[in-house]
Amino acid sequence: MLGYLAQRLGLAVLVCLTVSLITFSLLSASGDIASAIAGEEATPQQLAEIRAELGLDRPWLVRYLGWLGGALQGDFGDSLFFRETVADLIIHRLPNTLLLAAMSLGVMLSLAIPLGMLAAFRPNTWIDRLALSIAVLGQAMPNFWFGLILIVVFALNFGVLPASGSSTTWHFIMPAIALGYYATPPMMRLTRAGMIEVLGQDYIRTAHAKGLSMKRVLFKHALRNAIIPVVALTVVQFGNMLGGSVVIETVFGIQGVGYLAWESITRLDVPVVQALMLLVAVFYIVLVLVSDFVNAWLDPKIRK
Amino acid sequence: MSSFPDPTSQVTEQAAGEAAGPLPVGRARWRDRDFTRRALKHTAFLLGCTIIVLILAMALLAPLIAPYDPYAQSMANRLVPPIWMDGGSWVHPLGTDGLGRDYLSRIIYGARISLLIGTFTVLCSGLIGTTLGVLAGYFGGRVDLVINFIIMTRLTLPVIMVALAVVAIVGSSLTVVILVLGLLLWDRFAVVMRSAVMQVRSQEYVQSARALGCSTPYIIVREIMPNIFGSLVVIATFEMANAILLEAALSFLGLGVQPPIPSWGLMVAEGRNYLLFDPWLIMIPGFAIFMLVLAINLMGDGLRDILTPENRN
Amino acid sequence: MSNILEVENLRVDIPVGNQTLHAVRGISFSLARGETLCIVGESGCGKSLTSLAVMGLLPRAARRSADRLEFDGIDLMRASRRQMQKIRGNRLSMIFQEPMTSLNPAYTIGDQLEEVMLWHQKVPREKARERAVFLLEKVGITGAAKRLSQYPHQLSGGLRQRVMIAMSLMCGPSVIIADEPTTALDVTIQAQILLLLSELQREFDMGLVLITHDLGVVARIADRVMVMYAGQVVEHGSAKAVFETPLHPYTRGLMECMPIPGKTPPGQHLGSIPGIVPSLIGEIEGCAFRDRCPVARAGCERFDELRRADGHAWRCIMDAQEARGHAAAREEAHQ
Repeated sequence: MLGYLAQRLGLAVLVCLTVSLITFSLLSASGDIASAIAGEEATPQQLAEIRAELGLDRPWLVRYLGWLGGALQGDFGDSLFFRETVADLIIHRLPNTLLLAAMSLGVMLSLAIPLGMLAAFRPNTWIDRLALSIAVLGQAMPNFWFGLILIVVFALNFGVLPASGSSTTWHFIMPAIALGYYATPPMMRLTRAGMIEVLGQDYIRTAHAKGLSMKRVLFKHALRNAIIPVVALTVVQFGNMLGGSVVIETVFGIQGVGYLAWESITRLDVPVVQALMLLVAVFYIVLVLVSDFVNAWLDPKIRK
Repeated sequence: MSSFPDPTSQVTEQAAGEAAGPLPVGRARWRDRDFTRRALKHTAFLLGCTIIVLILAMALLAPLIAPYDPYAQSMANRLVPPIWMDGGSWVHPLGTDGLGRDYLSRIIYGARISLLIGTFTVLCSGLIGTTLGVLAGYFGGRVDLVINFIIMTRLTLPVIMVALAVVAIVGSSLTVVILVLGLLLWDRFAVVMRSAVMQVRSQEYVQSARALGCSTPYIIVREIMPNIFGSLVVIATFEMANAILLEAALSFLGLGVQPPIPSWGLMVAEGRNYLLFDPWLIMIPGFAIFMLVLAINLMGDGLRDILTPENRN
Repeated sequence: MSNILEVENLRVDIPVGNQTLHAVRGISFSLARGETLCIVGESGCGKSLTSLAVMGLLPRAARRSADRLEFDGIDLMRASRRQMQKIRGNRLSMIFQEPMTSLNPAYTIGDQLEEVMLWHQKVPREKARERAVFLLEKVGITGAAKRLSQYPHQLSGGLRQRVMIAMSLMCGPSVIIADEPTTALDVTIQAQILLLLSELQREFDMGLVLITHDLGVVARIADRVMVMYAGQVVEHGSAKAVFETPLHPYTRGLMECMPIPGKTPPGQHLGSIPGIVPSLIGEIEGCAFRDRCPVARAGCERFDELRRADGHAWRCIMDAQEARGHAAAREEAHQ
């Protein structure tokens, strides 16, 4: 188990390094940062000064290693646009995104699990078809469009929810629905498929033969086994939601890291973009590792 | 080294494969009478195909059926509402946008953009993903290890952010969007093809072909490809839908197709300024994206059912 | 001796397309406390469906009907779902064919054993645990207390089936139905498990319905034997009567297929029954066995009735005298 753990960790670190390399080289190709900062009327003298100040005159590899070294200590440099360090900027924005992701997961799970279970419990009935339709519609709807429709209906027409911003929890309701619904279909299909498989197992018949009620058979004996892959996928989806938050946060004007990513990309605020990409990647890798361990922990056959 | 863990891990493999559900493995019998019979009985599949054919016809015949030039502005005719609203008329059935351009014509021409992006992205990503997946599945060992590492690195990169960044750096054009998405969306092809090839490789007819001394490329092309073709087509439909949604999102965020090209995603973005009084400006192009993606998904779901009858409950 | 289980004219129908598969076609039997009834027959003859029908655990599509289906005076045909839940696992238990997959992989043995008792009886957990340990020891599992915290995958198939037996005994049932409890197990363990069941049945004074095709075991533990073919009872009587004078040609055929300890001489060639079981879709006219029967004759295609004499029943055109003649001839051939 320890050897396995070490291998996985080693691999994760290797992937993170590769990602950092890709991110760094991608963004150092973004043209001359110095002229972007100094503006078009800058003299060559000024440009050279800025380059020297930012260390842009050093060789590429040296810059990469310097950046990586800083990143390992939580120092991602300064934003080119905001008068803040990148680390501060991200730390201030991160709670909003985490709240949004958590609420979206809530929306997703409260839709996907009951619907998936009902559909599996009564396959090929109206409830199954309803669940399938919800999944098919959710997969086809562009989430920014769904978000805008929510704004039109609930903020502009009924005025029950705020249209944009992130100052109160109310502001997060519509974005969480838009982001959560988008992630629902695969989760629901997984729940349904898992439940159908489990309900056909011999131990479910045993549970019935023990005289247990339908409720207990479903929730204690069936769900416990069907939920294992669902839990694992949920953890990974949490990572995907950080990436997916770019669009939704922009639509709803939520001051989170997704919105920050969009702002920084449009302004080519390279240090911020580099840091965000690395952050999301590391987050994803960590979550995949976590989901593997959750999987092992939930499944007695893997757990030792 | 032999017990090296599968880097894509159970979970990510599931995540990548799940949206596509169980995939058909085995020789897909396209010309089979059974295939036609089941296809004709599958209502959702037929519905999806019908919508796709309609949108395809719309895209191909755009110059013939579009009532106006999609770029022609007319400041006198700004924000004419569509036919079903007060003040709408048959002159502009879907109304006009903020620059007085005919919305119907723009929607018709917009179909070209979505279909172009969808088709070429899938061709590009399918080629990359299938090549990697087939190589990993067929050769195993070190090759598999390296390709798995590439797959995992790709899964770790956030698609939207990378695509946005690349477009921001390189500059946006249709070709750039297609290339970026093509280079990013190959993961599911690779993951699924890898396991499909591994499964097929161990089967008897492939073993016997190898025993007969057939060369590796010959086995891959003649014995393995026909058997995973079904899976390939099903994934292709889902990735096409995915690419269309992503292009719409990129254009919506201002870093995809650039104005004045009539991309549906861009039209939603432009309509955003009129959200309060003219919400139909976002409804119509959004609905167009929705219908196209829905149709592609229905067709993909249907193909999967038809090609894998034993997997249906 | 009053009967605890009464079954009369039990039928199970399964719709197949627009036809109906008559899987169980009018079965009657009864069982007293302390009695062992063995149901014998080849696969697909409706043995398992009979037991599931009694338990009320048939698959959703199957239809059950009976003139009488009573357990301890309770009409099971009319019992509500809630009433059935109170009976199942509590006073009427079942052991299944597949020990490898019949235990829930996500819970410990202890959890699954205690659950039955905690569900049916208001007892504290310690009490249920005590009972579980007691029964695990009873079914011959060593280190019972330690086993409670193990998961099913940590046990062998034989052990799992012992756990299943212990589980069925948790509430002290009056009747246990065991559906081929040993088919999935190693041959060396099969007889052990069956003999264990029989011992426990005597010790706890329960009724035991054992479905099996191991005639060797049947000969050792059965009080009564019921032979099924194509969803019907073809022979039914005391174990002694059925083994000594098998009146139905199918029973005789079955016996020739299997060695019986002390009866089949060593080196004897074992027989087989040629032909296949008729399709159960639609009605079967006359004797269902006639196509495979070595002594079929004109009239078999019309005859379908259960003859009775001296508590022995058989479904054959041959009357008691003629059938006994055949049985005796067989006996002689063996000596």
